Amino acid sequence: MSGHDSKYFSTTKKGEIPELKDELNSQYKDKKKDAVKKVIAAMTVGKDVSSLFTDVVNCMQTENLELKKLVYLYLINYAKSQPDLAILAVNTFVKDSQDPNPLIRALAVRTMGCIRVDKITEYLCDPLQRCLKDDDPYVRKTASICVAKLYDINAELVEDRGFLDTLKDLISDNNPMVVANAVAALAEIQENSSRPIFEITSHTLSKLLTALNECTEWGQVFILDALSKYKAADAREAENIVERVTPRLQHANCAVVLSAVKMILQQMELITSTDVVRNLCKKMAPPLVTLLSAEPEIQYVALRNINLIVQRRPTILAHEIKVFFCKYNDPIYVKMEKLEIMIKLASDRNIDQVLLEFKEYATEVDVDFVRKAVRAIGRCAIKLERAAERCISVLLELIKIKVNYVVQEAIIVIKDIFRRYPNTYESIIATLCESLDTLDEPEAKASMIWIIGEYAERIDNADELLESFLESFPEEPALVQLQLLTATVKLFLKKPTEGPQQMIQVVLNNATVETDNPDLRDRAYIYWRLLSTDPEAAKDVVLAEKPVISDDSNQLDSSLLDELLANIATLSSVYHKPPEAFVTRVKTAIQRPEDEEYPDVAETGYSESSAHAVDSNTSPSASSSNTPYAATRQAAPPPAPPAPVPDLLGDLIGLDNALVPADQPTTPTGPPLPVVLPASTGQGLQISAQLTRRDGQVFYSMLFENNSQVPLDGFMIQFNKNTLGLAAASPLQVVPQLQPGTSASVLLPMVLFQNISPGPPNSLLQVAVKNSQQPVWYFNDKISFIVLFSEDGRMERTTFLETWKSLPDSNEVTKELPGIVVNSVEATLDRLAASNMFFIAKRRHANQEVLYLSAKIPRGIPFLIELTAVIGIPGVKCAIKTPSPEMAPLFFEALEVLLKG
Amino acid sequence: MPVAASAIYFLNLRGDVLINRLYRDDVGGNMVDAFRTHIMQTKELGTCPVRQIGGCSFFYMRISNVYIVIVVSSNANVACAFKFVVEAVALFKSYFGGAFDEDAIRNNFVLIYELLDEIMDFGYPQNLSPEILKLYITQEGVRSPFSSKPTDKPVPNATLQVTGAVGWRREGLLYKKNEVFLDIVESVNLLMSSKGIVLRCDVTGKILMKCFLSGMPDLKLGLNDKIGLEKESQLKSRPTKSGKTIELDDVTFHQCVNLTRFNSEKTVSFVPPDGEFELMKYRITEGVNLPFRVLPTIKELGRTRMEVNVKVKSVFGAKMFALGVVIKIPVPKQTAKTSFQVTSGRAKYNASIDCLVWKIRKFPGQTEPTMSAEVELISTMAEKKSWTRPPIQMEFQVPMFTASGLRVRFLKVWEKSGYNTVEWVRYITKAGSYEIRC
Repeated sequence: MSGHDSKYFSTTKKGEIPELKDELNSQYKDKKKDAVKKVIAAMTVGKDVSSLFTDVVNCMQTENLELKKLVYLYLINYAKSQPDLAILAVNTFVKDSQDPNPLIRALAVRTMGCIRVDKITEYLCDPLQRCLKDDDPYVRKTASICVAKLYDINAELVEDRGFLDTLKDLISDNNPMVVANAVAALAEIQENSSRPIFEITSHTLSKLLTALNECTEWGQVFILDALSKYKAADAREAENIVERVTPRLQHANCAVVLSAVKMILQQMELITSTDVVRNLCKKMAPPLVTLLSAEPEIQYVALRNINLIVQRRPTILAHEIKVFFCKYNDPIYVKMEKLEIMIKLASDRNIDQVLLEFKEYATEVDVDFVRKAVRAIGRCAIKLERAAERCISVLLELIKIKVNYVVQEAIIVIKDIFRRYPNTYESIIATLCESLDTLDEPEAKASMIWIIGEYAERIDNADELLESFLESFPEEPALVQLQLLTATVKLFLKKPTEGPQQMIQVVLNNATVETDNPDLRDRAYIYWRLLSTDPEAAKDVVLAEKPVISDDSNQLDSSLLDELLANIATLSSVYHKPPEAFVTRVKTAIQRPEDEEYPDVAETGYSESSAHAVDSNTSPSASSSNTPYAATRQAAPPPAPPAPVPDLLGDLIGLDNALVPADQPTTPTGPPLPVVLPASTGQGLQISAQLTRRDGQVFYSMLFENNSQVPLDGFMIQFNKNTLGLAAASPLQVVPQLQPGTSASVLLPMVLFQNISPGPPNSLLQVAVKNSQQPVWYFNDKISFIVLFSEDGRMERTTFLETWKSLPDSNEVTKELPGIVVNSVEATLDRLAASNMFFIAKRRHANQEVLYLSAKIPRGIPFLIELTAVIGIPGVKCAIKTPSPEMAPLFFEALEVLLKG
Repeated sequence: MPVAASAIYFLNLRGDVLINRLYRDDVGGNMVDAFRTHIMQTKELGTCPVRQIGGCSFFYMRISNVYIVIVVSSNANVACAFKFVVEAVALFKSYFGGAFDEDAIRNNFVLIYELLDEIMDFGYPQNLSPEILKLYITQEGVRSPFSSKPTDKPVPNATLQVTGAVGWRREGLLYKKNEVFLDIVESVNLLMSSKGIVLRCDVTGKILMKCFLSGMPDLKLGLNDKIGLEKESQLKSRPTKSGKTIELDDVTFHQCVNLTRFNSEKTVSFVPPDGEFELMKYRITEGVNLPFRVLPTIKELGRTRMEVNVKVKSVFGAKMFALGVVIKIPVPKQTAKTSFQVTSGRAKYNASIDCLVWKIRKFPGQTEPTMSAEVELISTMAEKKSWTRPPIQMEFQVPMFTASGLRVRFLKVWEKSGYNTVEWVRYITKAGSYEIRC
């Protein structure tokens, strides 16, 4: 019983849009409905039907549920591009949210949450409030998720309207699906907030564990994932939790099983009884194995996770290695992962069977898989000492097949085996040498050359063999060249006869004069110097005993493994990377577009400029270039913003600024501002901005660049609540109209303590900028404390002492800044003074310099600072006393930037 | 975070979007372009089902001629996402009456949009049970098979059933004749070395159920598995009935089965969904009865000739028989000519899969037919690499046979109205991946 909707795709006549318009306004219901279907069909294939917005919205008020759903679908897609028209739909939404039919109530609130238009969001609150307390569980479960949607659009609104508390109440709802969705919503909100919102207590824990039995499979996943963050108080509690979660291992849904495994593994860390642990391992093995009979994609996810699990608990699947044997028809990605796990599970007991398998795989068709199989044999040899000999004999058998890539791969692993077991298996070198001329891959060549060099004394014709490679020296890749160089040196040291001596001259000549690869050249010169000054020393260096290598098949380090295990079933566990390595979204209250490049740029900017500064401080020869820089500072001490210089280039441009009169606050010169909104994100509008201090006032220095095709006007700016309550002191005034291809700078005066965000201080400054042509742009900036230090921060010595004494010790905060070097007290003090951090006194303690300074931030909050450092040695200890110790982290951040230069 | 998707796309093999739905704002609407250029149009396709491109991750599956692609930008639950796709496809199939392909999607796009809106909210999977959804999502042309007369109005308590504790069964069902059909379907997976040594062998079985029962029945299923029987004998302090017991390595159950009770009492008790569903899956590795032994001898006579002899032995009861037996014996690509002699069935050379295919429609127990073939090869001088022999593969179905030895001991149906039920049980064993290296 199939539908016939495909007919709606078939209208491709000219004048389609006007025709649809007519049909949409038809008085016949069926015609109307068909027209909406055609619109949706056009939308699906990517045609722009946004011009029909009003006409479609007019169809919204209908009794027909199917039609209503289609209109809603249209709204979700186009509301963003027509925000002003979207408001037309609000009335119907609000009306629908009070419909007697629960399906319509839920539909209305669900759809409203998907429309991310500010004006609509305002109207969402009341219906949402009602729906969260609706009599019908279907409406409540939909409303629960809607809270998470709203939080994503406007976190403030959610907190202000008390939705979080209502949501928390729903954890105790009598309907399991409502509970599950509320848990999912709360967990997501928590993840995006820096404040504690959803903390699982032992009370909620037991409530949720009970709900687990009754909710849908997906609900079980939500609950298990949320609970896996719970830290049990002791082993007994952990055992209790595990006991209630283990039945989930029998669920047919792989996501439920993996989430249960995650939770059990977390709790197992606390369980001390070895019996219990052993028993749990026994229980977890079969469900994990069963995952391997699911769809290949799910198998892949399971295998990536099993890889992690066996690293932590090798016993779990120790006896199950057979299930990881590859099937002929397994997709390649499944085979590769199985191979990896087989290596991990290989032991003295099963190695014979495993080797037979690997050998079988090494004759298959897929080249990558074959290579991996050959490599696997080598890794087993390195891992299992007692099996090494058997592994090698398998490798030799494979070499005899004379399949080129098999031979090359085998030589690469045999090199590692030689390193692992020196002086044990050299008898096979002769066999390896037979394949010498077939090698054409750099890694295999390099490995073979390494072997020849390393065992030159045992290979009669080592010089001939190496010589054959030397002919093509200039054409070889760097990897091979480096090996050739070293191997020739080894050969010469071992057999200092005429032949090798000639060879070494050829090689050194090639590697120093003929090459432009600095690594190769450096290495060659070192050898040359060694050989010409002290051949004995050269022997000691070049032929030194090498550290024994070990098996790398358990490669993840323990803390990373912990983190990945806490993320079982998620992307993190599949990539084997912590979430922050690939998720660009940062914890933030307001939604932010992709501005991921910016923090990185800023970071490197800091370090580069600091490297430059340190460099110029340490080397006296650089002082000439340093002088103008210092002059800049002296010429305009307070106005010059000592804010972090964005990059090295900026530093240089900064020098030129010495020529520009510094008292022109309307033309913000200075180093280029960091880009906060790249043009790629801002539809052509690029904004660069930074907080600066000029003439005792804080400004937000901004540069607008219009790379779009249209003139932009009507700019407005808004700052989100932040720690310091920074806000614009006057409206943003960009040139009346920003023409395409032009730019404009603005120096926006700022005020402090306008809209202070609660919670622990942080340096996040969230900014929203809009104009009349484009949607609202959001971006994040960093508040730098440096701009806050006021010019009147100087303190008398006596006042300093009194204030220090009067503040209780609890107001003292200390921090080590390990990476900072103080090379000269004077230079440091000058630098700090330029940023309104004033010197009070100095004393010497043993070889340490102790400096006392003072600074003041608005509202007259003083900071009393004690810096302890040894000149020229990295590491500065900083102690501060202040009436507002909670600001200490921000202060230290600023200080560190200043000290770095 | 258990979010499974920020967006879902259905693409045809050319990469055209058939239908898509954005659930969250964190991925751009044009993300599918990245998928097309970086995966579909490259060799990467099929090398890994989870890929990161730029700031987004893509999970994809191919089902018939459709790619289903999920896009996320957060640390999403991948297991959840793939399972969601699998279940969603099952749901669509149940709506379209079988096929899921490009045409079915085009023909039902309105319905799919409606379902996509219902089964996932903001990236969180919701109820995907076909039976419940069919209560209130119906389309012209697609009439719910469960409602006796089509009505436009949704069932009044549909919303309660979606969210209810028994979210998979609706109330008030009535059948004249109460019947239950149980199908025990086993797949035998075997990997045997050329020397006849079993390298890996296991049975994955599933119990499929078709219920036509009135009201809200409670069912209890008893199998001849070891743990269940021991538990039972302990409880009733009565010795177990004689007969073979088997050990299940692992079982997984449909969400209707009470897992806590299974864990404590080892009984499989449940309120079944109406109609057809998969009650449980199990796996067995010990004591598997292999229905067939395959004894191949392949001789390469020089460079241009091969001799293939295969004997297949059926080791199940003489009164039983297997159906649809197919044995595929790989031969080199350069096969030119083949000749066969078979004692049963038919054999021919299939060049498209490079195999000798031997088919036996009806294969009685305790027999051992043979096939011998001569293969002539085109001699190719360039082919230096020796032929890597892929394994022999076998397909079959053996009715009334379970490779595991599993038997249903009882199926109790209890409903408050106390009606009588008729129960039907069938067994069948199929070949899973039945491979013999040669």
